[in-house]
Amino acid sequence: MGQRSVIGLFTDVDAAADAMDAVGAAGYAQGNYEVLTGTPYPEGTFGEAEPVHKLYRFPLIGAVCGFIVGLLLTAGTQLAVPLVTGGKPLLSIPPMAIIMYEGTMLGAILFTVFGIVFESRLPRLFMGAYDTRITEGHIGVVISGSEDQMDNAESVLRDSGAEDVKRSWESE
Amino acid sequence: MQEHYILTEKEINEDLLRGIFHTPKWWPPAVIVLTIIFLIGIGAFGYMLNKGVGVTGLNRPVFWGFYMVNFVFWIGISHAGIMISAILRLTQAEWRRPITRAAEVLTVFSLIAALMAAPLVHVGRPWRADLWVFPYDFARGVWINIRSPFVWDPSAVMTYLTASTLFVMVALLPDLAIIRDRSTGIRKTLYGFMCLGWRGTPRQWKLQAVAGILLSALVLPVFVSVHSIVSWDFAAQIGPEGWHSTIFAPYFIIGAIHSGVSAVATVMVVMVWLWGWDKYLTPDHLDSIGRLLIVVASAWFFFFFLEWVFALYTLEGPELAMRDLQVFQWPWSGLFIVFLLTAFFIPVPLWMFKKVRRSLKWMFITTILVNIGMWLERFLIIIPGLMRRGHMIFDWGSYRPSIIEILMVMMTFAWVLLGMVIFSKIFPLIPLFDIKEGMIGRTMIKIGRRMVPASIRE
Repeated sequence: MGQRSVIGLFTDVDAAADAMDAVGAAGYAQGNYEVLTGTPYPEGTFGEAEPVHKLYRFPLIGAVCGFIVGLLLTAGTQLAVPLVTGGKPLLSIPPMAIIMYEGTMLGAILFTVFGIVFESRLPRLFMGAYDTRITEGHIGVVISGSEDQMDNAESVLRDSGAEDVKRSWESE
Repeated sequence: MQEHYILTEKEINEDLLRGIFHTPKWWPPAVIVLTIIFLIGIGAFGYMLNKGVGVTGLNRPVFWGFYMVNFVFWIGISHAGIMISAILRLTQAEWRRPITRAAEVLTVFSLIAALMAAPLVHVGRPWRADLWVFPYDFARGVWINIRSPFVWDPSAVMTYLTASTLFVMVALLPDLAIIRDRSTGIRKTLYGFMCLGWRGTPRQWKLQAVAGILLSALVLPVFVSVHSIVSWDFAAQIGPEGWHSTIFAPYFIIGAIHSGVSAVATVMVVMVWLWGWDKYLTPDHLDSIGRLLIVVASAWFFFFFLEWVFALYTLEGPELAMRDLQVFQWPWSGLFIVFLLTAFFIPVPLWMFKKVRRSLKWMFITTILVNIGMWLERFLIIIPGLMRRGHMIFDWGSYRPSIIEILMVMMTFAWVLLGMVIFSKIFPLIPLFDIKEGMIGRTMIKIGRRMVPASIRE
């Protein structure tokens, strides 16, 4: 059976924060409700749990991969076809360092962007309960759960002073 | 910062998305004119491909002309965006908010203009330009020559272009969601696809904040490397002795920042004039960037002075001959005076006055002057450097740009302007979410008998 969700819309920050408390007090687990805003409010404004992420690992892994590619492109290609020019050493460290540096940075940046998208849980195919008024200043409190939990979720949101309450499919 | 406006999210959406949902009157003629100039440049490029680089003013020994001047110029302009965006983001400067995106977008289009100016146009046979960078004959084991600055250059520029483009795209996600929510039909589907289903959860906002700082920290070292490597195109050459300067890398970087930050100030003024965003880009913002420009211009002038001191102190013949060409031989002497006046001696004393820094008209004029001067600076490094009669040189002479080169220089300018104008029709030039975030922490506080705006930050 598909997961369903319900959203309550609030115009006031304090009312939305109170609604989050009320949803928690009604017995919903932390992962089953969240707040949606059109503006980045300071962390913890709505009493939500601090999101945990592992984004910092991505640039490190990317940098290592980029460095290896840079090394293969510089040292690897020269060693593959050892062509001595003017009696100079086969491996020329200063120019190798430049290309390996760019490779390292490119790898780090590409993996960081991949990490941002992945850790943001994007792309998201199902929008679930959402309202376009969120990007106009409304604050949405979303509760997800099974079909039979939705009546209770809706009444918790209405009791908390939601201006409007809407239901939607969260996923198939 | 004294001129803060308190605006609601709805007002911000309406103001900053007006150009996307309703085409401004100036937009179609601007696009048409710029497209025509761009296409004329493409025509000139086609003519050069057909006839060969002989149709340009390039000759022995002046192998580099307008194309390379233009390449270094646009790389310089590209340094604005990331410098402004990354440094101000990392230092949490409040006045960055309305500027960052336009600066980043300017970086992207300038970098493409730089690539158009050098590898695509300058080489004469652009279809072979990729052979510098990619191994081209696996069977015979022929690989790229990594010792050449012309391999370092594309690797640095492409890294910078990729990083800058991704930087812009990541910061666009929340704003694309705002456009999606205001759109219908196919436009809604397209923006919904582009924003990847953004909803505005605390997790997404947190990642967006971390991304801004992390990407800024990663892009800054790339930004430093790019113009260093461009300077090594000159400094690592065996030919013109006047270019062998260890100071070239920092000198080029600070010159790039000088021209780039000036270009951002020009764009800020144009944004106010064309879109009427005077509530978002106030005289305070111009004042702040004007102060920054005084510091940057002074630092650039210090490096310029040092470069001359080091050159003259050696008392080496080739150096002195190049300086003699730059300063005493017509027409370079005339251009040298124009360069000094426009890049430093006119704008910097003017920026000392608060009225000038807070004036749209004056900031526009002075920042345009800086970029005329900085374009000439690159011209005076390249042309007199190459045309000097040196050791083991059997041809020497002057350089006169042909109409083909002039048209292609105009093409790059049209490209950057066209890119910015088209971008502004599809995406917001001012980051809406950043402005909204600034509004949350903004309040009026009473100090003594005065009410002043204050920004509260975590």
